[in-house]
Amino acid sequence: MSTTALGRAAASGKLTAVVLFLPPALLLFTLFVILPVGEAAWYSGFNWNGFGRPTNWIGFTNYEYVFEARAFGLALRNNFLIIVISLGIQLPLALTLAILLAEKFRGAVALRMLFFLPYVLAEVATGLIFSFVYDGDYGLLAGVWRFFGAEPPHLLASTQTSMLAILIVVVWKYFGFHMMLFIAALQGQDQHLVEAARIDGASRWQVLRHITIPLLYPTIRLSVFFAVVGSLQLFDLVMPLTRGGPADSSQTMVSFLYSHGVTRMRIGYGSAIGVILFVICVTFAVTYKRWFMRDD
Amino acid sequence: MNAIKHSLFATAAILAVSAGPSLAQTTVKWMHLEVNPAQIKIWEEVAREFEAKNPGTKVEMQFLENESYKAKLPTLLQSNDRPHIIYSWAGGVLKAQVEAGVLQDITDQTKDTAATISAGAMAAFTRDGRVYGLPFAQSQVGILYNKELMAKAKVDGSAIKTWDDWLAAIKALKAAGVTPLTVGGADKWPLHFYWTHLAVRLGGKAGFEAALKGQNGGFEGEVFQKSGELMKQLVDLQPFQNGFLGFKNPQSTGFFGDGKAAMSLVISTVYHQQKALAADKVGITDDKIGWVNFPAVPGGKGEPTDTLGGINGWLVTKGAPKEAVEFVKHFVSKDVQMRLAGAGFLIPVVKGADEAISNAFMRNIAQNLARSNYHQNFYDQDLGPSVGRVVNDATAELAGGSMTPRQVAKAVQDAFKQGN
Repeated sequence: MSTTALGRAAASGKLTAVVLFLPPALLLFTLFVILPVGEAAWYSGFNWNGFGRPTNWIGFTNYEYVFEARAFGLALRNNFLIIVISLGIQLPLALTLAILLAEKFRGAVALRMLFFLPYVLAEVATGLIFSFVYDGDYGLLAGVWRFFGAEPPHLLASTQTSMLAILIVVVWKYFGFHMMLFIAALQGQDQHLVEAARIDGASRWQVLRHITIPLLYPTIRLSVFFAVVGSLQLFDLVMPLTRGGPADSSQTMVSFLYSHGVTRMRIGYGSAIGVILFVICVTFAVTYKRWFMRDD
Repeated sequence: MNAIKHSLFATAAILAVSAGPSLAQTTVKWMHLEVNPAQIKIWEEVAREFEAKNPGTKVEMQFLENESYKAKLPTLLQSNDRPHIIYSWAGGVLKAQVEAGVLQDITDQTKDTAATISAGAMAAFTRDGRVYGLPFAQSQVGILYNKELMAKAKVDGSAIKTWDDWLAAIKALKAAGVTPLTVGGADKWPLHFYWTHLAVRLGGKAGFEAALKGQNGGFEGEVFQKSGELMKQLVDLQPFQNGFLGFKNPQSTGFFGDGKAAMSLVISTVYHQQKALAADKVGITDDKIGWVNFPAVPGGKGEPTDTLGGINGWLVTKGAPKEAVEFVKHFVSKDVQMRLAGAGFLIPVVKGADEAISNAFMRNIAQNLARSNYHQNFYDQDLGPSVGRVVNDATAELAGGSMTPRQVAKAVQDAFKQGN
């Protein structure tokens, strides 16, 4: 900032604002974001079990171990799967339901609440409930299977189906949240546009296609953002269901961090995973903001 | 008005008086993982007795669930508010704690007590000649079986002496339509018993110690590859209940208690747990339950009397008051050991206390442990979390068919080399 710019800023009162309001925000940001991340990055250079001060500096070896680990590849694949399912199934489902339920009719509110309910439930509780539902001996699903005279599968116990079972729960749990976002946005839309279009002879589909959905774009972009970041962080559903197993088949980045870093008391290794996850999240957030959300 | 003033003064006086002794009090913070209420009841009694005998001392029990305890312990021990007495499985974690300097050397204060405890159990809590804790219980891993279900396949459980006997029994059970084995595969550690116990039989004490020193190829050596191959023989028979990789240990224990599987390779304490976890809360009754030691393996260098199991104890953390040491000593006194053994909750470590075991089943376990010259602590504890968890993960993968015996041995050795 040049002196003239400073002078101009001071004249407009901007400098006062900066001096007054920046330090607290900067302090909080440093304390709760920069320091922990910096600390994790520092620890990731050590072979360290969490006791005492880390002393055994090994440079980037922890990162090498992470990239060599088979579970890391599986975790990445699974996170990617979760994102794909979230964007490809969950959001369209939420959007369809939102459009149906945004209109005023008898029972609309009750239905909205019903669909929103899974989101209210704690993740851990959801996981536990579904681990009972999926149980191949006593579970709800086993009952359905037996009704049709088939031998019930143990979805969570097979490397082939464990991730599928988790994906179903993910969709079930979070579509209501996105539906609510969409309903709120739909109700904020100016109805005059719709009325005008109808008078001009537009069909319901044309209204939807050319007015309602385009007006929803900012919300959809926000939803996509939430869905992707949430998918990258998925952990508390996985733990009660499978703990990432069997054979790491349902590991996500965070459950991988926990089971291979924290529970093995390899804090340096865990920190390295944390740093990688952080970089992925930040890269996504920045790119997305810049490319898709700059108008919002 | 006067009356109010009066009563205020009286309250203040009472508060002042009651504050007096409580300020002088020492609180011993004792952290444990026990979930069995019947056992905790006895522990509570022991704590209250200790308080009565030592005026001014208060023993405060703190509880954390097993997995969260393991995850939180490193942080907990480095805080200013750490518990004074903590639970331990000895082994690699104890080693790390000693090296980090978070434990108290209690060698001198516990000399008399240590002399009353069996040498093997004491050794687990001794590092470089210094004592950091006192053991209070031990356990054995073996095959628990349901006599009724075994009879269905005309198999005599007590006659299982060799690995081939066991495989034959499993085949017979399968042919009779009985699930031969149940295991809590989602927890992984119940599966590591197979691999570890095979290694104990194949390599004996010398084999394990050589691996620790990196001799004979370390954990990638012949003993451990062979363990994997034999385990694979068993796994290939598909002996476990359907969906065993999704079963948590308590589920599997309940499954056995419900009479749905003929056998289970378990810690001796499951004898109790299967009753509590069975749907009918009765489980397999004493007349129908059997126990046989892990079978011998052809060409194995270990003795058939060698045992695999756990050794549990209490550690005293750095900065704990001396009363904490006194309490641990009280807890492992012969009297308390006999009370807990008498109730059937543990196999005592104090010499002579096993006389109190009235239950025939537990008495048998105690005799097996007394006869054993080599008691191997669970690998996942002994090797510390960074290697131990890999043993658990890899053996679970072997059971699930996603890793070969060679890969398992390599994974363990790699983890051992990366170590901490």
